[in-house]
Amino acid sequence: MSESVITLNDSQFDEEILSSEVPILVDFWAEWCGPCKKLSPIVDEIAQEESHRLRVAKLNVDENPETQRRFEVMSIPTLILFRDGSPVARFVGAKPKRQLLEDLEEHL
Amino acid sequence: MSNQRDLIIIGSGPAGLTSAIYAARAQLAPLIIEGEPSSTSDQPGGQLMLTTEVENYPGFVEGIMGPELMDIFRQQAQRFGAEFQPGKVSSILNSSSPFELEISGSSSILRAKSLIIATGAKPLMLGIDREAELLGHGVSTCATCDGFFFRDMEIAVVGGGDSALEEALFLTRFAKKVHLVHRRNELRASKIMQKRALENEKIIPHWNSVVSKIYGDASLTGVELSDTESHNTTHLSIQGLFVAIGHIPNTEIFRDKIEMDETGYIVTRNGTQTNIPGIFAAGDVQDRVYRQAITSAGSGCMAAIDAERWIAERE
Repeated sequence: MSESVITLNDSQFDEEILSSEVPILVDFWAEWCGPCKKLSPIVDEIAQEESHRLRVAKLNVDENPETQRRFEVMSIPTLILFRDGSPVARFVGAKPKRQLLEDLEEHL
Repeated sequence: MSNQRDLIIIGSGPAGLTSAIYAARAQLAPLIIEGEPSSTSDQPGGQLMLTTEVENYPGFVEGIMGPELMDIFRQQAQRFGAEFQPGKVSSILNSSSPFELEISGSSSILRAKSLIIATGAKPLMLGIDREAELLGHGVSTCATCDGFFFRDMEIAVVGGGDSALEEALFLTRFAKKVHLVHRRNELRASKIMQKRALENEKIIPHWNSVVSKIYGDASLTGVELSDTESHNTTHLSIQGLFVAIGHIPNTEIFRDKIEMDETGYIVTRNGTQTNIPGIFAAGDVQDRVYRQAITSAGSGCMAAIDAERWIAERE
């Protein structure tokens, strides 16, 4: 994982999300999920390239069931974009980088 | 501008990767256009990427995980110099060798003397209201990704083939009950899978039934089942729905260029030849009958040998 990506967990989730001055994209993933592994390096690249206007974080749903349930994540990978502490967009499923960037663009 | 290659292989499932191994060993330096990330089986590695244990691939006495098997195939192809490019072919620009290909997300045109089409098949969805909206909110295309979230819940799997039963059995690890909805009164899955599924007390079969409606606003709350004979409807309260009702070949981009049957499978003759000299097809994209990893791999091998001979004859 690249250094610019934050690792979130149930205990610091709110603090990290609320303290972010730019929108923050959270990747909900787990070890057993094949498509998550394909999406993960794409998310890392986006973290690097968009660092001027976006923060990127990852949350392991296996280890952090509370946050997974709270945001009703029932399919992974799911990416949720938070602005000012609230979810503003949700993207379900692995997809090519260019498509993910397109999806994100509308909300940034 | 890229150089012209001897061979481009489109697709990276068992057929594409086996043809890559053979073609690379034959010094054809193949390029594999391997697909794009997705949460359906339409992704690099293909349908096996979403399966768990593969028990019938020869050589693996104890079985092997589908994604691991595809990773081994890929490494073996790379060992002999096969090159990989992520992306999908968006169109073939001409219909005689050398062929020119456009790739999604790339502005350059790729050229090759011959092509092997191994784009496989993608899963059919039900195509009814609310299905797309509830994707990720109870409706799932990936049991191995999402099964975990349905712990102690009631869910349904639609379908009666090996894929459906494999999903249903996998999902019994998590779910309280797995309703198996099948439109006929018998399963078409292999006997061993049927036995395992029907002996599992968490799996409840619903014969002669189809899902006619999907209910749920924010997330899935249930489905309506229609009896295919009496047309009576019943309501099933479930929180998860997994669809495994079959596949359609990934051949949209070849329409009007390459001969297909009425359901879109590429027609091959004399081994793996298509109607266009220099274009070969292997795996599920041209096989509506067997559709196994081993038969795909076998036809991938055939396609590489056919392509190699075709190239050699023209030089």
